[in-house]
Amino acid sequence: MTATTIASALDAPTRTALAGFLLAMADDEFVIGFSDSEWTGIAPILEEDVAMSSIAQDELGHARALYELLAGLLDDGRDADALAYDREPEAYRHARLLDHGRGDWAMTIARRFLYDTADAARLASIGAGWPPLAELVAKIRREERYHAMHALAWVDRLARAGGEARARFVAALDELARDAPSVLATPGGEAALLEAGILGRSMAAAFDAWRSDVAGVLRPLMTPLALEPAADAARHRAAPSDDFRWLWGEFTSVRRSEPGATW
Amino acid sequence: MSPAVAPPRPDEEAIRDALRGVADPEIPAVSIVDLGMVERIEVGPDRIEVELLPTFVGCPAQELIRSTVIDALAPFGCPTVVGYSFRVPWTSDRITATGRANLTAAGFAPPAEPGDVRCPRCGSGVVVRDSYFGPTQCRSLWYCRDCRQPFEAFKPI
Repeated sequence: MTATTIASALDAPTRTALAGFLLAMADDEFVIGFSDSEWTGIAPILEEDVAMSSIAQDELGHARALYELLAGLLDDGRDADALAYDREPEAYRHARLLDHGRGDWAMTIARRFLYDTADAARLASIGAGWPPLAELVAKIRREERYHAMHALAWVDRLARAGGEARARFVAALDELARDAPSVLATPGGEAALLEAGILGRSMAAAFDAWRSDVAGVLRPLMTPLALEPAADAARHRAAPSDDFRWLWGEFTSVRRSEPGATW
Repeated sequence: MSPAVAPPRPDEEAIRDALRGVADPEIPAVSIVDLGMVERIEVGPDRIEVELLPTFVGCPAQELIRSTVIDALAPFGCPTVVGYSFRVPWTSDRITATGRANLTAAGFAPPAEPGDVRCPRCGSGVVVRDSYFGPTQCRSLWYCRDCRQPFEAFKPI
């Protein structure tokens, strides 16, 4: 069965809520994937060049699969590429955490660590209510495990390094702490998603689990990070950051110069 | 006019045999059958359906594998439809014994938990992982302290 036929079993409010939730997840994976791919060719060491490129490829693959589910659900003639590329910067629904640019290596690792752990809490919240998403998420979680191991190894290395490496890493975590909870902001129509079993727990419950995961990792390494739940509207903003506008210009440049190009 | 005689339907095993000739373009030594990617083959009255499981969600070889499967089944004389699905998650446990042997012969350590990885060249277990990530999504980077050669291992997933 296709996503479209299974979607017809959902009532309208649930479909709307699911579409918003899928768009947020897809945009998150898409934006962090493109940000990570900026390290291709210029990472601090060759192994990390390979690792960040591979992680970016995974994330863009996840984004494509999620946009395809969304395209089937919306059934409005737009395909995954149209959903990914044919929007103005204001229409992206990625978490505010990902409005921060790539920055230096410490910033990249801090952002990946906060995102990977929050995303893991989100993926663990998906229920069996909509099989196409549940099946995809089961597959994605197996891949994300490697991203988490990579991020945790670097968190440990930077935090224990002392000197400038540690100072930059701690500063990056502090800078991102305010926006990191936006990954787990309560989605519109969450009650309908819970009712349909598409979500097995609320994002507020996911946030609590994530906050304790982060605390567990950082406790032996540094003073705790203050993480407060995000406001409801955290994914909507009239004015995306300059960093995101720049990234948008990069990732849409081919699409805008040759609409409909394929290779 | 004599009634038209339907051509014999291709047999599922014959199709599976033909798919043994389709390799993963990133690891040409192993067929998609031995990788465990072929989940279902269905022979309908007017077409062959093949359901494949992607090894990784974003594996860029998916479209190439799809077209290679269609070409490989063309001699059966009916259209082939190739679909990818996540109905069952592909895991590295699906690689067959033949697939594991072919991986080793091609210089890749087959998937194993970290303590069980062996150097595909000399068989030594005195190996260290350099990186979780390698040149393709499904491989990681290792080094053998005995024969002092780098090698790649298929990720357990």
